[in-house]
Amino acid sequence: MAENIIELSDESFEKLINSSDKPVMVDFWAPWCGPCKAIGPTVEALSETYGDQMTFAKVNVDDNPLSPSKFGVQAIPTLIFFKDGKVAEQITGMVAKEKLEETLKSVL
Amino acid sequence: MTDYDLVIIGAGPAGLTAGLYAARARMKVLLLEKAVPGGQILITDWIENYPGFPEGISGYDLAEKMKKQALDLGLEMDTAEVHGLNLSADIKEIVLKDRSIKAKALIIASGASPRKLGIGEDKYMGKGISFCATCDGPFFRDKTVVAVGGGDTAVQEAIFLTKFAQKVYLVHRRDELRATKILQERAFSNDKIEFIWDSVATGVEGFFGIEGVKIKNVKTNAESTIKADGCFIWVGILPNAEFINRAVATDEGGFIIADAKMQTNVPGVFAAGDVRDTPLRQVSTAVGDGAIAAVSAEHYIENL
Repeated sequence: MAENIIELSDESFEKLINSSDKPVMVDFWAPWCGPCKAIGPTVEALSETYGDQMTFAKVNVDDNPLSPSKFGVQAIPTLIFFKDGKVAEQITGMVAKEKLEETLKSVL
Repeated sequence: MTDYDLVIIGAGPAGLTAGLYAARARMKVLLLEKAVPGGQILITDWIENYPGFPEGISGYDLAEKMKKQALDLGLEMDTAEVHGLNLSADIKEIVLKDRSIKAKALIIASGASPRKLGIGEDKYMGKGISFCATCDGPFFRDKTVVAVGGGDTAVQEAIFLTKFAQKVYLVHRRDELRATKILQERAFSNDKIEFIWDSVATGVEGFFGIEGVKIKNVKTNAESTIKADGCFIWVGILPNAEFINRAVATDEGGFIIADAKMQTNVPGVFAAGDVRDTPLRQVSTAVGDGAIAAVSAEHYIENL
């Protein structure tokens, strides 16, 4: 687990996205979700490249059901990019790394 | 001058197996994957028809094992999407976003993706419409879902959904299933599954998420709506072949035509796995294709 990805709970979720001065990318995942585990290394690689421009976080949807339901997340992996506390972009499913990186850059 | 002996496009079971064989043959080989290694088995909850795993194995675990085996044998892998192919000369050129790679031989193992019905998949993707029960099934705990399709994938995943959903309607356009008998037996004996025969899904209703799935009986043309919170669609697959852009011959559906040696109409270009025009698309057949394609590529290069 990369140390620059913050593990969020339902309690710390809002606080982070509202207080961060950088855009925030939240990875909604669960231990039973193979594709979520599979994209993990891609997200970690991006966090290493863009960690100074964006905050990276992840939420285990099993332990924290409120945050995903608040944002209508009914599928994982889902990545939501927040800017100024609001949803700027959302990606669901396994997508190409290039697409992920393009979306990330568009939010910066 | 070439960069590699062999480039393989796609790191599903076919591409990973081709890579494993090529690495063991000490070829200079590169495996390109646009997203993550594994391919469609990553969205498969459980695989019990791949020999060697008598208890069955999760798609993710099988993908990880295949990846590890290939990498341990020295396979070089890179994450990049192929945008085009230039196959007009003897040297195969693989065009990426910011560079191109030259190789003596090429194996296309780019796989396939679930076919859409055109009932709002893009709008409702992640908001109630899904192609992946193992990703999204648990979001429908104690809810009602519709599953569309009658093949192996539809029936197996519908059974998986009953672990979570209180009710699964399986909508199929014919009056019998195409799925293999053992899956049919399990589905028929599962009292959470109700079959809606001779029917197709024509749309979904709902504002934020799905509230209902519209269906039409193809024999009587009667239309109705099933009240449901989710709609899972398994109605076949389409080849991941946009980047090929007629550089190799395909059938009407876009699947690549190849012979018993996995050779396409372009010398030195081979196809393997679900992207190929093949009568069966399974992990076991993809693995066989990958092995043949790698050995054929090796022979091709030796004879250059």
